Amino acid sequence: MTILDVPASEIVALTLDHVYLAGLPLVIGLLLAIPLGWMALRRAWLYAPVIASTGLLYTIPSLALFILLPGVLGTQILDPLNVVVAMTLYTIALLTRTVADGLSSVPEATRQAATAMGFSTVRRLFQVELPLAVPVIAAGLRVAAVSNVSIVSVAALVGVQQLGILFTDGFNRNAIGPIVVGVVGCLFLALLFDAIILGIARLLTPWQRAVAS
Amino acid sequence: MIGPVVEWLTDPANWEGDRGVISQTLAHLEYSFIALLLAALVAVPLGLYIGHTGRGRVVVVSAAGGFRAIPSLGVLFIAVLLLLPRLSGEAAFEVPSLIVLFILAIPPILSGVYSGVQQVDPSARDAAKGMGMTGRQVLFEVEMPCALPLIFSGMRSAMLQIIATATIAAIVGLGGLGRYLIDGQATQDYAEMASGALLVALLALAVDFVFGLVQRLVVSPGLATNG
Repeated sequence: MTILDVPASEIVALTLDHVYLAGLPLVIGLLLAIPLGWMALRRAWLYAPVIASTGLLYTIPSLALFILLPGVLGTQILDPLNVVVAMTLYTIALLTRTVADGLSSVPEATRQAATAMGFSTVRRLFQVELPLAVPVIAAGLRVAAVSNVSIVSVAALVGVQQLGILFTDGFNRNAIGPIVVGVVGCLFLALLFDAIILGIARLLTPWQRAVAS
Repeated sequence: MIGPVVEWLTDPANWEGDRGVISQTLAHLEYSFIALLLAALVAVPLGLYIGHTGRGRVVVVSAAGGFRAIPSLGVLFIAVLLLLPRLSGEAAFEVPSLIVLFILAIPPILSGVYSGVQQVDPSARDAAKGMGMTGRQVLFEVEMPCALPLIFSGMRSAMLQIIATATIAAIVGLGGLGRYLIDGQATQDYAEMASGALLVALLALAVDFVFGLVQRLVVSPGLATNG
């Protein structure tokens, strides 16, 4: 079976590669952004430098990052690891500020109540502050997910397999069909990631649904 | 990798002439500023109108959300393939590239201007009306100055998007620093690619830094804590 001259099996394989390259960095980036955002908030003097330096990361154009990373990491230019690292950096850049904002949106009274009930700092973070920050963090994660999906496609220019390869293939063969398949595939993945994050955020915040209904 | 890159960057032959770093940097800046200016001409008035009147809010919110999902490389290739038969010479890749840069820059500016105007303290707006200002005066003398921090952040993210996409557009033949990334890859010259990548990253950082300085000069000190 083919869709606009692209074999369905190829579309599936490239989509799976794309999910991996855009999705894995989201998870790693979130796991790294939580301690970074938390530290930035707890030590006031760290806030400005941490937020500014993560912001600078986001300034670097993606193609430049894909090309510079092999030199820094000692990898081959075709190595998908470069893309995973680059996307993780972008995710951290977007999420560190979001995590700090989310944690600081927790009401002081709630924090004090947790401390008064004998919660340690770490337990308070995981059982009180982070759960309450889920809506803010999820909003940032949705932005990161959607932009990751579109940025990953640029890696086609350095030859890394994912949906963006359909762009370069189509362009080289003067065929618009594969490019359209790639664009639609990217938009579909962005919507899918968005829906998954929204769903997980809803599951993690049952109290919000109780208020809504 | 550092040795060859330093060697490439310190070779005067790579800096001079039509294909040298200086003229490619200027070309990159030229395309980027033209695209930003064109996008601002459309997006700023539209954002001010929507923010001031509240009409068409849905358009801004969905455009801002949707634009991040658009893979710029795919859109660029489609634009070139569609327009190529209708154009000739340099215009064949310059026009489609500029169109794509222009389109991608609109949503961030639009949403910056709109949310800037929209988040203006209602009591400031009421006070302006109470002092007898007309709708136009409220917009240009109160809402717009108060919205500047967010207008700037919209402009800055649009500019970063433009610089990154103009880099990619070297693949369809556009000039600028992207040439080194693409041409270096074609000839397996990692020193050239990495040097180009470094220069593009520095250009993006420098442009964003200059925008930050201008922002500091232009935005009222009373609002500085926001930016």
